[in-house]
Formats: sequence, structure tokens, C-alpha cells
Amino acid sequence: MSGTPKIKLTDVHKSFGQKVVLDGVDLSIARGESVVVIGGSGTGKSVMLKSILGILRPERGSITVDGEEVIGMRSKDRDRMMLKFGMLFQGAALFDSLRVWENVAFGLIQGRGMERAKARDIAIEKLSQVGLAESAGDLFPAELSGGMQKRVALARAIAASPEIIFFDEPTTGLDPIMADVINGLIVKCTRELGATALSITHDMASARKIADRIAMLYKGRLIWVGPAATVDHSGNEFVDQFIHGRAQGPITMELRA
Amino acid sequence: MDFLATVGRAFLAFLSHVGRLSAFAGTAVSHVVRPPFYPRLLLRSMIEIGYYSLPVVGLTAVFTGMVLALQSYSGFSRFAAEGAVATVVVLSVTRELAPVLAGLMVAGRIGASMAAEIGTMRVTEQIDALTTLSTNPFKYLVAPRLLAGLVMVPFLVLVADIIGVFGGYIVGIYKLGFNPASYLARTWEYLEPLDVISGLTKAAVFGFLISLMGCYHGYYSRGGAQGVGTATTNSVVSAAIMILVFNYIITALYFGK
Ligand SMILES: Nc1ncnc2c1ncn2[C@@H]1O[C@H](COP(=O)(O)OP(=O)(O)OP(=O)(O)O)[C@@H](O)[C@H]1O
Ligand SMILES: [Mg+2]
Repeated sequence: MSGTPKIKLTDVHKSFGQKVVLDGVDLSIARGESVVVIGGSGTGKSVMLKSILGILRPERGSITVDGEEVIGMRSKDRDRMMLKFGMLFQGAALFDSLRVWENVAFGLIQGRGMERAKARDIAIEKLSQVGLAESAGDLFPAELSGGMQKRVALARAIAASPEIIFFDEPTTGLDPIMADVINGLIVKCTRELGATALSITHDMASARKIADRIAMLYKGRLIWVGPAATVDHSGNEFVDQFIHGRAQGPITMELRA
Repeated sequence: MDFLATVGRAFLAFLSHVGRLSAFAGTAVSHVVRPPFYPRLLLRSMIEIGYYSLPVVGLTAVFTGMVLALQSYSGFSRFAAEGAVATVVVLSVTRELAPVLAGLMVAGRIGASMAAEIGTMRVTEQIDALTTLSTNPFKYLVAPRLLAGLVMVPFLVLVADIIGVFGGYIVGIYKLGFNPASYLARTWEYLEPLDVISGLTKAAVFGFLISLMGCYHGYYSRGGAQGVGTATTNSVVSAAIMILVFNYIITALYFGK
């Protein structure tokens, strides 16, 4: 991995009040690489993505994108920086006052000033890539199922062919076949179109398919980062327990009977 | 008692947020005057505020004018000054009642819906999604609403002036038996441009405040449906209080010699 990393996190700390969520995260992602973050529910995976996007502001550490520091960036510079990004939110976060196609075309029309007719064509094309018919484009998000909303959000994230794409649980809520279609689409974005991807998933099949490298977040730190192929013999008992989904092991769920 | 406590608490909370509010207002205004502009959204807000508030504002105005004619007639007849009814109606309506009552009605209608809409966008991460699509939420959500409030509430108040005077006229002619021509002459006789202008100034300030409160409380709402509900209540209460306070200040500036 030569040259400036596309994204680099150094010693990132983020807390909410007393609760420490990120406690010194270090990660470097090369241009065109696809990294998947795994980890238990509530460990701060989404918080990590939002910190890179500047939606949340870490108290300490450094985050650079193409060598440019993003923590504390001015809003004008951030708007410009965001042109590089596409983000799929865990909860879809579709604009419910706009039609489906307008959601998908939003970044093209508002962010990049494209004409509506042309943006609509691209939106319809992206919708078909996530398995949605043109007729779905004229519906409102509230008229779609959860999995359909997720796919619309995915189409919106990739509509402008961004350099960097974040996927927060892209296959959650999809049937296995559609999940595989979506995995294929993510692979296409990175391998064929050269985008840099950072994804979060609980679905190990999906992680194996889309990741070049896998990183595991536990107790505010990335306790293991390695090539996707080696995840099965990582030699890390936390990773082993997680990928096999065992209740017994070093990771103890804070449950009370 | 409970109601007063609620109002008092909201008012204290409001004071403690004055710093944040000022910063919000400053940022918002700076985005009103700098491109890119969103004419479609501005138009939508203007229609929402100006057109759809007409029935409720008109109804408020006509009954206010009517009751004012009745009250001043019964009061003034005690010292044989019934002839002043038309003058009292037109001055009270244009200077005070149209702007304040229309302002309060619009605060209930528009301020609440702005807070609910923007608040829902906040808690469902739609505002975060906006920023990742290179669209500044201040420009896209706040600026059009502020501008629309500033422009459309004076329009509503102008309409309310006319309808309010008309209400007084109806009661004056059909119930109190005034001569139509002399009632109208009395209406115009002592009316000065400043009476109307001061009312419209108030309206512009109120319109700005209503939108500001709706956007501010919506923008900073948190915690799901309950948070949005609180934001909605706070936007109406704080807008109503600010309308009353600023009404006094503007009156003192215009007529307080
Ligand atoms: N805005 C916020 N305010 C306060 N606490 C927050 C906020 N956002 C996240 N948290 C806390 O940070 C922790 C990590 O949240 P995060 O959403 O990153 O989890 P996650 O790893 O994405 O989990 P999941 O896999 O369930 O989506 C949680 O304990 C959550 O309570
Ligand atoms: Mg998450």
C-alpha cells in the first residue's frame, strides 16, 4: 500500500457523556480497498462511520481523507468534501417528502446541479441495479417495505458514483438472494469502478464476499485487522467467537437473567 | 397553575438556550443571503404559510373586527362617543390585533408543523443524509422557511387588516345601525400610513420569529417521537412569548414617545 491512504484514522476517541464508545481507533484504508468492520451490536461501528463523515465530532484523534483533516472542518469545505462520499445509513434515512427517484437523484440534482430529466434517468438505472422497477420510482418511501427502502438508500448512496462509499449494514433486512445481489453490486462498485468502500455488517457471508480486509471493533478499539481470507484462522479468540456466533467465549454479553 | 409552570419552565429553558439560538439565527441568516438558493422550496414554504393560513387568519380577523365594533360601541355609548367606533376598529386592528392574533395563529399552525417536520428529519437521520449529499441543511431546510415567514406573514396581516375592518363594518351597519358612507369615512379619516406600516413591521418580525423557532426546535430535537413532540410544543410556546415581547418592543419604538 503506497501513497497517501484514502482514509486514515489515528487514535480516534468518541464518548457520549460518561459512555466511552471509541477508545483509540486506528485504521488506514487504501485507495480502491474494501474494508468491512464487524463487531457486536452497540460497539460503535455506526459512530465510527459518522465520525469520518463529520456528523459526529470525536474529542480526540485525527481523521484524514486524501490527507486532509476532517475533524473540525468548516461546513463549506465539508460540503465540497462530501462530493467524494456516498453513505448508506443503517436506518435508510430516505427523505420522506420526496419520491423514490428524487431521493436517488438528490445528490445529482442538489449536490451537483444536474438537470432533473437526466438525473431521473440515472436514478431509474440505479434503481434497476438494486432490483427495483421503474414504477417504484414514483412512489414515496413510506409506501415501500423495509428491505425496499434499504435498497433505495443503497441506490442513493451509489447514484453519483462516489470515490468513497460507506455501507452501514447493506444486507440487513434483505432475503438471502437479494442480499447476494447487493453484495455483487458492492463488489462491482469497488473492483470495477475503483471506489473505496467501508462497510459494516453482521452477515459473515456478506463480509467474506465484499471485503479485502476485515476489522473487528470491540470495546472501542479495533482488536483485529487482517485480510478477509485469513479471518477463519485469525488466531484471535474474540474474532473466532464472533464469526462462529458462539455465546460462550471471551466476549461476554452484558445480559442479566 | 400547571400551565403557568409549563410556560415558566419553557421560558427559562429558552433563556438558557439564547446563546445557541443566536448562533443558529446568525448562521441561518447568513445562508439566506448566500447562494445556492432553492426557489422551489421557497415557493412551497410561501404557499404553505401564505395561502393555507388564509382561512384561519381570515376567520380570526373577521370575528375580531366584529367583536371590537360591538365592544367599543357598548363602552363608548356610556359617554356618548359611539361615533368613534369606526376609528377604534381600524386603529386597533391595523396596529395591534391583526399582527398579534395572526402571528399567534400562524405560530400554532406553521411553527408547529416546521418543528415537527424538521424534528422528524433530525431523529430519522434525514438531516445527516442531507449533509452527506453535499446539501447544507441550513440552506435547504432553514433559509427558505425563514424567508417565507418574513415575507408571507405581512401579506397575511394585510389581508387580516382588510377583513378585520370589514367585520367591524358589517356589525356597525347591520347591527348598530351606522350609515355606511359615514362609517367608511370615519374609518379613513384618522387612519395614517404609519398605523398600517407599524403593523406590517410587526408581522415581518413575527413571521421571522415563528419560522426561526420552528426550525430551531426541530433542528435540535432528539430522542424519537417524544423529542419531536417536545420540540413542537416548545416552538409554539417560545414563538408566542417572543411575539408578545417583540410586540411591546416594536410598539414602544414606533409610538413610545
Ligand atoms: N447520538 C448519540 N447519543 C448518545 N449515545 C449514542 C449516540 N449514538 C450512538 N450512541 C451510543 O454509542 C454506542 C454505539 O452506537 P452505534 O450506533 O455506533 O452501534 P453499532 O456498533 O452501530 O451497533 P449496531 O450493530 O446495533 O448498529 C451505543 O451504545 C449507543 O448507545
Ligand atoms: Mg449501527
